[in-house]
Amino acid sequence: MKTNEVPQDPKNFREGDKVNKLLYAVDKDGNYTGVTSAGWEAENFATKQAWDAVDEELAHTAEQVKRGALSPIAYYMHKCLMEPSLLAKYVGKWTWQVKRHMKKENFEKLSADMLARYAKAFNISVEELTSFGK
Amino acid sequence: MSIADYKHYQHAHCESGVTANLLRHEGVDISEPLAFGIGAGMFFGHLPFLKVSGTPGTTFRTWPGAIFKRATQRLGITMHTQRFPNPEKAMRTLDDVLATGKPVGMLSSVYYLPYLPEAFRFHFNAHNLVVYGKENGEYYVSDPVLEQTTRIAPEDLAKARFAKGAPEPKGFMYYVKSVPKEIHFEKAIQSGIKQTCFFMLSPPIPWFGNKAIFLLANKIQQYPKKLTPRKASLYLGNIIRMQEEIGTGGAGFRFLYAAFLQEAANILKRDDLQEFSHELTLIGDDWRNFAYNAARVMKDRKEGMVSFDELADMLRICGEKEKDFFKRMQKLKW
Repeated sequence: MKTNEVPQDPKNFREGDKVNKLLYAVDKDGNYTGVTSAGWEAENFATKQAWDAVDEELAHTAEQVKRGALSPIAYYMHKCLMEPSLLAKYVGKWTWQVKRHMKKENFEKLSADMLARYAKAFNISVEELTSFGK
Repeated sequence: MSIADYKHYQHAHCESGVTANLLRHEGVDISEPLAFGIGAGMFFGHLPFLKVSGTPGTTFRTWPGAIFKRATQRLGITMHTQRFPNPEKAMRTLDDVLATGKPVGMLSSVYYLPYLPEAFRFHFNAHNLVVYGKENGEYYVSDPVLEQTTRIAPEDLAKARFAKGAPEPKGFMYYVKSVPKEIHFEKAIQSGIKQTCFFMLSPPIPWFGNKAIFLLANKIQQYPKKLTPRKASLYLGNIIRMQEEIGTGGAGFRFLYAAFLQEAANILKRDDLQEFSHELTLIGDDWRNFAYNAARVMKDRKEGMVSFDELADMLRICGEKEKDFFKRMQKLKW
């Protein structure tokens, strides 16, 4: 890649345009030098697609929570880009226990302490957690 | 040291960037490519069974921590490294070291760094940054992938240093203890190059090194048969992101490594390394071409199997060229 070929396609979603990254490219004398780049179309497309997939999944989960098929834990877990195994580590439980808590009937039986732990992992208040979807 | 004494340089990659910034602060004249090459950072791996948020893992670099460790060891620099059982202890020790005037490198999770744009904030726990001071209850941060320095609140930094998942940073931090009077780059460069050749060519298993490029090519060819179009598109997208997204310097570290070979050629006064650098630049362009075409296939999902076959062939060409490249570089007489 030559310095004049370094792409400058802004990543204009989710504040992605706030950062210009450094790429290494060859100048006209054949010497490597660092050039800042706003982004590249191909890469922006891939990143955008990954975020869109997150959004789709989240909308789908929100709908399931409102329908009563899942508990708010499932929604906030997706919102925080977590998986059950990661969330389990944050709340100090096994993965299968977290999966259980994602069912509405089990969620309703959770203790105040357990709810507080989940709320802390999601960085929200207990009220926000319990009132979601109602 | 006061906060004003620390000089921040932007780099392409976090780990080699932090290594270069910390060493430069101690008066070692080292660039990012040099740190990356001596640390033998270039690599390839594809692990279809290891799913990272639902997509198979692909990597263009060696495992986290290796670049920094190898580079400092090869240059004879003594580092202090430490992990902690809890955030309180980790933050207290950080404050103590900062008070002595040392900038401190550390591991963090990108997800918990509020100064980064949301677009980049996934759960990635092996991001390196430098903290070089504390004032008015805020830490001064030199994040090598950013153009400017920034600040972070202690609660946020503690969260980022104690993120859970794999790997867990556990507050891992490091700083330079002592630098030898004279630094010999020649020997360090040699062992760095030898190691990179070894890791690219020798792994007898299909998931690592040069062989993994062909494994990935075979997998890509199967995507349209085995996956839904949406999944296939997400899988391809992940490869592009690993290759091009923030931190690789372009073409999955190939340009960064070519820059290293050029600098090595100048230090060792060897024209053959200059040639190798030029050659790798061209291979890097092939990788970029692959990413460009992969994005095209993703945009137009209707095109079907032909495009995936073409993509696989493009990768195989990259693989063949790199195999030949490293085989010849391995035979260099020093």
